[in-house]
Amino acid sequence: MKCAVIMFPGSNCDIDCYHVLSEVMGQPTEYVFHKEKFSPGDFDLIVLPGGFSYGDYLRAGAIARFSPAMDSVLKAAEAGRLIIGICNGFQILLEAKLLPGAMKVNKDLKFHCHDVFLRVDNVETPFTGLYKKGEVIRLPIAHGAGNYYADAQTIEKLEAENRIVFRYCDRSGNVSDAANPNGSVKNIAGIINKQGNILGMMPHPERASEDILGSVDGKRLFKSILRCIEGRTTIYGR
Amino acid sequence: MAGREEAKKLGLADYEYDEIVKTLGRMPNHLELGMYSVMWSEHCSYKNSKPVLKRFPTSGPRVLQGPGENAGIVDIGDNLAVVMKIESHNHPSAVEPYQGAATGVGGIIRDIFTMGARPVALLDSLRFGNLDDPRVKYLFGGVVSGIADYGNCMGIPTVGGEVYFDDSYRDNPLVNAMCVGIIRRDRIVRGKAAGVGNSVMLVGSATGRDGMHGASFASEELSEDSVAKRPSVQVGDPFTEKLLLEACLELLKNEWVIGVQDLGAAGLTSASCETAARAGSGIELDVCLVPRREENMTPYEVMISESQERMLVIVEKGHEEEVKKIFEKWDLNAVKIGTVTADGMLRVKENGTIVAEVPAKSLADGAPSIKRESRKPSYLENIDLDLSSIKIPADLNSVLLKLMSLPNIASKAWVYQQYDYSVRTDTVVSPGSDAAVLRIKGTKKGIALTTDGNGYYCFLDPYEGGKQVVAEAARNLVVSGAKPLAITDCLNFGNPEKPEVYYQFEKCVNGMAEAASFLNTPVISGNVSFYNETKDRAIYPTPVVGMVGLLEDVEKRCTMEFKKDGDIVVLLGENTEELGGSLYLKEIIGVPGGRPPRVNLDMEKKVQDCCLKAIELGFVHSAHDVSEGGLAAAIAESCIAGNIGFSGEIETEVRPDAVLFGEAQARIILSLPEENLSLLQQIARELGVKITVLGFVKCGNFRLEVKSKGYNVRKLDIPVDKLALGWRNAIKWKVES
Repeated sequence: MKCAVIMFPGSNCDIDCYHVLSEVMGQPTEYVFHKEKFSPGDFDLIVLPGGFSYGDYLRAGAIARFSPAMDSVLKAAEAGRLIIGICNGFQILLEAKLLPGAMKVNKDLKFHCHDVFLRVDNVETPFTGLYKKGEVIRLPIAHGAGNYYADAQTIEKLEAENRIVFRYCDRSGNVSDAANPNGSVKNIAGIINKQGNILGMMPHPERASEDILGSVDGKRLFKSILRCIEGRTTIYGR
Repeated sequence: MAGREEAKKLGLADYEYDEIVKTLGRMPNHLELGMYSVMWSEHCSYKNSKPVLKRFPTSGPRVLQGPGENAGIVDIGDNLAVVMKIESHNHPSAVEPYQGAATGVGGIIRDIFTMGARPVALLDSLRFGNLDDPRVKYLFGGVVSGIADYGNCMGIPTVGGEVYFDDSYRDNPLVNAMCVGIIRRDRIVRGKAAGVGNSVMLVGSATGRDGMHGASFASEELSEDSVAKRPSVQVGDPFTEKLLLEACLELLKNEWVIGVQDLGAAGLTSASCETAARAGSGIELDVCLVPRREENMTPYEVMISESQERMLVIVEKGHEEEVKKIFEKWDLNAVKIGTVTADGMLRVKENGTIVAEVPAKSLADGAPSIKRESRKPSYLENIDLDLSSIKIPADLNSVLLKLMSLPNIASKAWVYQQYDYSVRTDTVVSPGSDAAVLRIKGTKKGIALTTDGNGYYCFLDPYEGGKQVVAEAARNLVVSGAKPLAITDCLNFGNPEKPEVYYQFEKCVNGMAEAASFLNTPVISGNVSFYNETKDRAIYPTPVVGMVGLLEDVEKRCTMEFKKDGDIVVLLGENTEELGGSLYLKEIIGVPGGRPPRVNLDMEKKVQDCCLKAIELGFVHSAHDVSEGGLAAAIAESCIAGNIGFSGEIETEVRPDAVLFGEAQARIILSLPEENLSLLQQIARELGVKITVLGFVKCGNFRLEVKSKGYNVRKLDIPVDKLALGWRNAIKWKVES
């Protein structure tokens, strides 16, 4: 599985994603600087990492979508390559209209850094195949603007098409207001596009992929992707 | 030419002005005097503290860089070293909490990557007034979000620190920021402008009129006029600093980089004269070459502006274009503004005409140091309390519940959850335990980090308080499984021109120096902040110690929470009758004062050695140091963190409230499987450490019985949930009420 981690100016989880893909998963991984372009066929997986691209000065993710590298990301998206946006990466995917909706600042106006429980609601994606449907997993969040919003119609559509992948919940899997750290509509923590190749999520799977960090729930996401890519390789004999 | 009157306005004393005239052999001009006034301010020159700071131990087999550089460096093996420094941003934070705290963080981060190190952690030691005061709430909220926004954007985890609340800090909050970096030993860069003809380049942000005279502002007392000095506070841009960090680390891999210095207090003036002075050379620069963001700036403004996110870089002649290329990649300025000279002068030109010419060494190091008068404050004469007059409350359950929900003991999650503490995926013990632990990727090692300081103890006994700060910091590392290595310190005091304040300063330093020597933790960097005083009201003398410790095997790290039902719980060290200076006396009984707990350094070392040895043998399940709130609070914290109960009893000669809530030093609580008790007892016996079985980790309530000779049996019995409720929410409730 050939992986790319896009480095926007102000990205800061790029090294963490690189570490997990390259060291923990043992996959060939490259950084792509935001001024560079690439071809859709260059990578199997493209990661838009967390951080504060361009300082998030206009609006989280708003400027990053104009980067030259994003042109390549759009082309790779059209070509069906797997793309995951984590935290700021999710915000960029929204600003780039690769995923529907928008991100507001957290309802209490504070940055939140702590672990959350998530219910995995869709396991039929390339990113979640190794989770069980309805399974409760624990991942860290670290964001100031993770309050997902979309109009009622869009939400309805997301639900009807089973595109809400992760929801904030409590330890036992109850999706409640008390378990919602940022005010997201319907406790949404992660969604996928209609074609099923682009995932955006606020929690950080790369921060929960090694025993020493206290949770390996995030590692299964990367393992799921790997299984999917390698499965394809076998099927199509690439 | 500028005379004595102008010097006075800029805060220079008569004898200092005379010294300048003598050095120059003439009267200084306006610009030269301005440069002297910022460089010879207390903040930059340490003129009030230098002679006393010499008492600190600053060397040791692991010390690669002691005080005097941008940061200190300590060897951790594997060709790696830890770079660290703590610095205050108290004055700016008092008038503009958000930007004051943010730029404090920005400044300390630059000190670390200036040395070539990758910053890997931040810690913050904060002090505020009583949280019931609306202005205190405003300062508290502003400081915390200022730290959060800067550190989070930089992608450097804020992994630890402390927050204390006391009226003495009402008008003078303390904001001490510490940054820690990791560097390869062979890649260390120093702040030197060596090699005649080499190029002096300014990189990073453009220069504006912000932060004018910030260093001088930090060297006087705060008053009602201080709000008018908000323009002295710089404005931070963490995004630019993140780019600057990446660009600098890319630049510093090149052998042709001679030296780097960040532009902090006193801006271009300090960076240029300090780098020249360290190398024994001079610098000639032209202010017209400095990129600016405002029009019509005078040479004076350019030279003392404290605009953030700038660095001075000295490179071998001929490599300027390579520097520019690196900084262009990161969309940053890099401009040659001058050259290194042989004559030792800092020569400032404007479009080729000399506008200032002073010896760099005199500017950087020439401020005459002052040995201030020192006098024991009268309040220290009758500090002793008669304990027999203090009645023990009937209901000790409610005493403990109250203690646990004091903001000074309660969980600081409201603060640290606003900081990104898990970015970089190295944080293996998160904030909330005694110390944070970071793994070092590519090795088996880990480092433990803490900041500590108890201004109340230091107020009541500056010497013992000074010892205690160091002892507690070391203890917090040891209970995490780390061997303490070195100290960076931030000394926060009132006006040093007052003999009583100077007495506190001297005695605190004496105590710290003695403990640092005894515990083999040299002071490798630090900062002094005087004039934390408003309307004649000084803060508690508050030395803060940042300490780093090493775990050879990070898998052996230890945390404070009880983990297993049935584990035996023991106390290392001795309970004493000491109640003075305790939060129990001050906040529950309402009797402030008393003599704070003494630190027996010999016993402290033995207890720590015993704890570390036990943890290294691998059988200890939890370790927690006993501090504010005493033994009862410490056990309660281990219960809350582990979400499990405890049941035990203590038989003692000491009065019940002193056993439960006294803050005697050199005490650590361990939990371990019962079968390992005899091994622990053997280690303790060999080291001469007293060990007492307290009870067992047990599902259910927190239960503790105290049988003190001559007193009725006293019982604590509280559901852990009930203890946790106040402890978890106390700060949130106060802030949001």
